[in-house]
Amino acid sequence: MSKVQNVIGDIHLSDDGGRKFAGKSGLHPLSRLSVTFFFILTVISFSKYEMSGLVSMAAYLIIIGILHEYSFRMTLWRILPALVPLGILGLANLFLDQSTYGQMGSITITKGMVSMAVLILKGVFCIIAVYFLILMIGMEGICYSLGQLHMPEEFVTVLFLIYRYLMVLLKETQRLMQAYKLRAPGQRGLHVKTWGAFVGQLLLRSMDRGERVYESMQLRGYGNEYHDVYHKSSHGYPLVKAFPSILYVLVWAAVFLCLRFFPVFQIVGGFNWKRF
Amino acid sequence: MEKILAKDLSFSYQKGNEILEHISFSLKEGESVGLIGANGVGKSTLLKLLVGLVSGYEGSLTIDGLPVIKKNYKEIRKKVGYVFQDSESQLFLSTVYEDVAFGPRNYGFPEEEVEKRVMEALKKVGLTDLKDRHIYRMSGGQKKLASLATILSMEPEILLLDEPSVVLDPKNRRNLIRILNEIGSAKIIASHDLDFIMDTCKRTILLHDKKIIKDGDTMEILWDRKLLEENGLELPLSLQR
Repeated sequence: MSKVQNVIGDIHLSDDGGRKFAGKSGLHPLSRLSVTFFFILTVISFSKYEMSGLVSMAAYLIIIGILHEYSFRMTLWRILPALVPLGILGLANLFLDQSTYGQMGSITITKGMVSMAVLILKGVFCIIAVYFLILMIGMEGICYSLGQLHMPEEFVTVLFLIYRYLMVLLKETQRLMQAYKLRAPGQRGLHVKTWGAFVGQLLLRSMDRGERVYESMQLRGYGNEYHDVYHKSSHGYPLVKAFPSILYVLVWAAVFLCLRFFPVFQIVGGFNWKRF
Repeated sequence: MEKILAKDLSFSYQKGNEILEHISFSLKEGESVGLIGANGVGKSTLLKLLVGLVSGYEGSLTIDGLPVIKKNYKEIRKKVGYVFQDSESQLFLSTVYEDVAFGPRNYGFPEEEVEKRVMEALKKVGLTDLKDRHIYRMSGGQKKLASLATILSMEPEILLLDEPSVVLDPKNRRNLIRILNEIGSAKIIASHDLDFIMDTCKRTILLHDKKIIKDGDTMEILWDRKLLEENGLELPLSLQR
């Protein structure tokens, strides 16, 4: 399978997964969105040297990953492209902040090293949290939740349409790549000479298809109002339970606050277990 | 009263390069009309004009008495369902159910009514078992039937179908013919597949060189080898033997 095919498959899998899980768990997608939002807020609130506190936040990701049986290796593979810009951003800290933070044997740990690691970890945690959110409730669930939060309709509509346009773009890319490969056997990737024409064609074709999709929406009564698209009450989220959803948010919010304000790992580590 | 009434209708994308020139026709309630013609004669353009997807025509064009102008588009699109040639563009939500429910939801029907309409539409096209199927995982024939269901769920008074038999295998093609013949709405079916037209339409309009060359009984037109060949077509395969 080609890389484009893999990406299309992944997006559809996340859509499917979101729908199936939402149906099974009975949790409102808004509760998932809220918890992810609290998680990100908590993660970014750590100062640039608070490594141990930040690491403890991984507990949420690990628990969610285990509960939903997400592959951590696959997750890391998926977020790999985002690590490159994060690493480049963090590198500057190495040079700008060279005061000593501590010693590890004969190696001096500078504050720049710690802040770089913290920056990368924050980025990785936030990206994984959003990735898990998409896997849990799908993009449709996210748009639906944003609508429930009375986010500006234009914003939610644009988000939804961008997501749909992404699919159109990927499918057109796949078609063009297949047509290219069939006439360029043995060649790896696209020849530099064809890049311009390929991108031009891709843009024109995907715009054309995007327009047809929009026409199809218009012909079925779509008037740029997002809210009508996501009535999930009878189909997508049939078993939404209010109490467990609220409890889910409250429990995780409490956990995040504990991890943020108390050195939980140190307390657990310093506890005299021999007494038991 | 005519469901569609076109009088002296002309249209061009660029001035001086007319696609349609002074054409007139009508469509009555429950009538099924085939729209045939060679590639590029303006069949799809004519269908798009009827639902306001292209605008700027000259002459008169009304749907159920409503002139096809911007302020009437919403009302007209409630009455007219348009099934695209390319099902991929017609279906854009993740599952069959969601896509078929899109139209009724947009028109503000309560969720119980939406569900009823969706299930009825899916039953008509025989896709009830696939309601939760991801569009991505459907075959070309299933996508075509799902596209039709997305329109049927809006219960349109007029159906416009652009090359509906393309990509269908013989079984699905026969199935679609049966479904279309069972639907009571007025229909215009644009197609090159003259056998399909023969099986679904009693009346046919032949378009060529910007004009309506002939508007009449389907069998009469489709048996006329000379007429068809003069206008870039051939006898239907079933009549060639």
